[in-house]
Amino acid sequence: MARMTMIEAVRSAMDVSMERDDDVVVFGEDVGYFGGVFRCTQGLQAKYGKTRCFDAPISESGIVGTAIGMAAYGLKPCVEIQFADYMYPAYDQITQEAARIRYRSNGDFTCPIVLRMPTGGGIFGGQTHSQSPEALFTHVCGLKVVVPSNPYDAKGLLIASIEDPDPVMFLEPKRLYNGPFDGHHDRPVTPWSKHELGEVPEGHYSIPIGKAEIRRQGSAVTVIAYGTMVHVALAAAEEMGVDAEVIDLRSLLPLDLDTIVQSVTKTGRCVVVHEATLTSGYGAELAALVQEHCFYHLEAPVVRVTGWDTPYPHAQEWDYFPGPGRVGRALAEVMEA
Amino acid sequence: MTEFPQLSLHVPEPAVRPGGQPDFSNVNIAKAGSVPRPEIDAASEDIRDLAYSIIRVLNRDGEAVGPWAGLLSDEELLTGLKHMMKLRAFDARMLMAQRQGKTSFYMQHLGEEAVSCAFRKALKKGDMNFPTYRQAGLLIADDYPMVEMMNQIFSNEKDPLRGRQLPIMYSSKEHGFFTISGNLATQYVQAVGWAMASAIKNDTKIAAAWIGDGSTAESDFHSALVFASTYKAPVILNIVNNQWAISTFQGIARGGSGTFAARGLGFGIPALRVDGNDYLAVYAVSLWATERARRNLGPTLIEYVTYRVGGHSSSDDPSAYRPKTESEAWPLGDPVLRLKKHLIVRGVWSEERHMQAEAEILDEVIQAQKEAETHGTLHAGGKPSVRDIFEGVYAEMPPHIRRQRQKAGY
Repeated sequence: MARMTMIEAVRSAMDVSMERDDDVVVFGEDVGYFGGVFRCTQGLQAKYGKTRCFDAPISESGIVGTAIGMAAYGLKPCVEIQFADYMYPAYDQITQEAARIRYRSNGDFTCPIVLRMPTGGGIFGGQTHSQSPEALFTHVCGLKVVVPSNPYDAKGLLIASIEDPDPVMFLEPKRLYNGPFDGHHDRPVTPWSKHELGEVPEGHYSIPIGKAEIRRQGSAVTVIAYGTMVHVALAAAEEMGVDAEVIDLRSLLPLDLDTIVQSVTKTGRCVVVHEATLTSGYGAELAALVQEHCFYHLEAPVVRVTGWDTPYPHAQEWDYFPGPGRVGRALAEVMEA
Repeated sequence: MTEFPQLSLHVPEPAVRPGGQPDFSNVNIAKAGSVPRPEIDAASEDIRDLAYSIIRVLNRDGEAVGPWAGLLSDEELLTGLKHMMKLRAFDARMLMAQRQGKTSFYMQHLGEEAVSCAFRKALKKGDMNFPTYRQAGLLIADDYPMVEMMNQIFSNEKDPLRGRQLPIMYSSKEHGFFTISGNLATQYVQAVGWAMASAIKNDTKIAAAWIGDGSTAESDFHSALVFASTYKAPVILNIVNNQWAISTFQGIARGGSGTFAARGLGFGIPALRVDGNDYLAVYAVSLWATERARRNLGPTLIEYVTYRVGGHSSSDDPSAYRPKTESEAWPLGDPVLRLKKHLIVRGVWSEERHMQAEAEILDEVIQAQKEAETHGTLHAGGKPSVRDIFEGVYAEMPPHIRRQRQKAGY
C-alpha cells in the first residue's frame, strides 16, 4: 500500500496497465514529454517510450478518431481529453462511432478505448473548464460512464476501464485530484494522505464497473451522488445530523440500480445531487428510476440538488456549486415532508 | 463616401443547370502518358505539379502509354474488367430490387467502378480500408461473396449485421473492409489511427482512408491530414471526386483551392491527381502510394477524378439539379468501356467475348440474388430477430438493456 493523490492513482493505473499489456497506448494534448496539464501521465513517456505515450495535435476529434482506428487495429488506447469541456469536437466520433462500432458491425469490429477527462468545478475554471457533461454520455447507448470519487476507486476503476472491451468515458473530478473536497471552499484543503481512501495498492487490482458503494450507512434518507458531490453529501449529512445513507454511484452507465432500490426502499426518502445543470441532467434519470421502482415506499418527493441551469460562472463559483449548505437544506426539506 | 466598395458574398455555381448544354471545358485534362512518374521517395514539395494535373494511362485509341503504364498483365486486366462488370451488374440488380420494394435503399457506383476495383489490387491481405458507401468494388474485387452482400442489403435472416445497418453499409474485417458508418468523414481519421497502430506495433500492414469530394469539407478530413502528416502514418488518403455531393457541385466543398489534391500540399503530404475512370492509372497511382506507405515513407493523398453517372442514392433524382445529358459529356469516358477497348486493342478481348462475359456475370448475379432471397427480403420471408435489437450494444448485456428486452417480449 502507498499513499496516493487521485493524480498519482490515475497515473499508477496507466503505469500498471502499460506494464502488463503492450497494446495499451496513452496520448493526448500535452501528455507526452510534459506529462499532462494535471500531471496525470508524468513519467510514462520516459518509461514506455514515445510511441506508447505521446503528444497529440489540439484536435479532439482527431484524438478520438485515431484512438478508434487504433482500437479497430487491436490496441487499447487510453487517451486524455484535457478538460471534459473540450470533448465537444469529438462528440460525433464518440456517439456515432465509438459507441456503435460493435453493434453496427455485429462484433466484427470493437472499440475498447478509454477517454479520461477532468470534469466538474471548484477550481475557478469558468465556463470552459468546469463543466460536467456526463449526461451527454449516459444518453448514448454503447458507452460506459465512470466517475470515481477517491484515489482507491480511481485506480481500480481506471484499470477496469482499460481492460473493458467497450468504450469508457472516465470522468475525473478535478477538484478531488489533490484532496477530498467537501464543498467548504473557505477551509484548508485536506490532503488524500489523511484519508483512508488515499491508501492505494501499488500493483494491479480492479473494481468492477457498475457497482456502487455505500459511503455512509443510514436509515432516514438516501443521498445518491458521484464524484465530488459524494464528499459534499457526506459533509452535509454530518453537519445536519441526519441519518442519511450516502451512495457513491462510481459508475453511471451501467448503473447499480439494485443498491439504489434497496436503500430507498429502506429509507423512503431520496435526494439526488450532482454538479451538472438540472434540466435533463443525470439526476432526472435517477429520480425517474426511484419513482418507478420505489414509488410505494416513498414518504416524500425526490429532491434534486444540482448546478443551476446557467453556464458555469467564474466569480460566483460558490453560489453556483451545490455545496453542503444547499444539500443540507434539501435533506431538511425531505425529512420534513 | 468610403474609399472601399460595398462587400458582396461569393456563392459558387456549377457551369450549367438543368436545361443547359453540359460544359466541361473548365476540366483541364492532361494528355495520357504526359505526367511523369516520380521516385517513390519523392518529397511533397518536389512533385507539387501532380496535385494539379491528371495522371492518365489509357489514351483515346485505347493504348496504354507513358511512365505509369505497363504494370499489369493481360490476365490481370481481364480480371479487373470482370470485377468492374460484376460491380455494375450487381448494382443494376440491386437498384431494381430496391425499386421492387425488396430493400429500403441502395447506392450504386455507375461510372466509378474503376476506383475501388483497381485500388483493391494494390492492397495486400491484412491491409485495412475505411470506406464510404461507394467503394463496394473493394469487396467485389476481393471476392467477397455477393450473397453475403445481398443478405445485408435485404436485411434478411442471414444478414451478417442482423438487420441493424442501412443497406450497403457492409463490414468485413476478413476482407479488410471497416464497418461503414453512414456518417460522413469520421472514417477518414480512424484510418489514420489504424495506420498509426500498425506503425506503433512495427507491423507491415497499411490503411486506406476514403472520402468523397463533398465530405472533405468536414473537420475530420483536416484532422486526418494533420495526424497523418505529423506521425507519417502508413495510410493512403483517397478522395473520390465524382463532381457531385447529392445536389451540390464540387466547387462548394473545394472553394478557392485549385483541386482537392492540393489540400495535401499544405500538410506536406505528396498529392496525386488521377483519372478515376482509367483502371490502369488508378492501379498505377495506388501502387505508388502503397509502396511509399510500406516503405515507411508516410501518407499519400490521391484525388480520383471521376463522375457520378447515377443518382446519389435510390432516393435521389439528379435531373433536378444537373443536365440529364451531363454524364454523356463527361470527358473521361466510361471505365468499363475504356478498359474493354484497351483489351480489344491488345488483341486479348472482343465484342463477342465481352457480351458473353456480360451474360455470364449477369447469370452469376441472378443466381446469388435467388439464393439471398431464399433467406428473405426486407418485407418478406426470413428476417433478423427482435432479440437482435438488444444484443451486441456491449460485449456483455447490462441489466437495463436486459430489462428492456424482456419488456419487448424477448
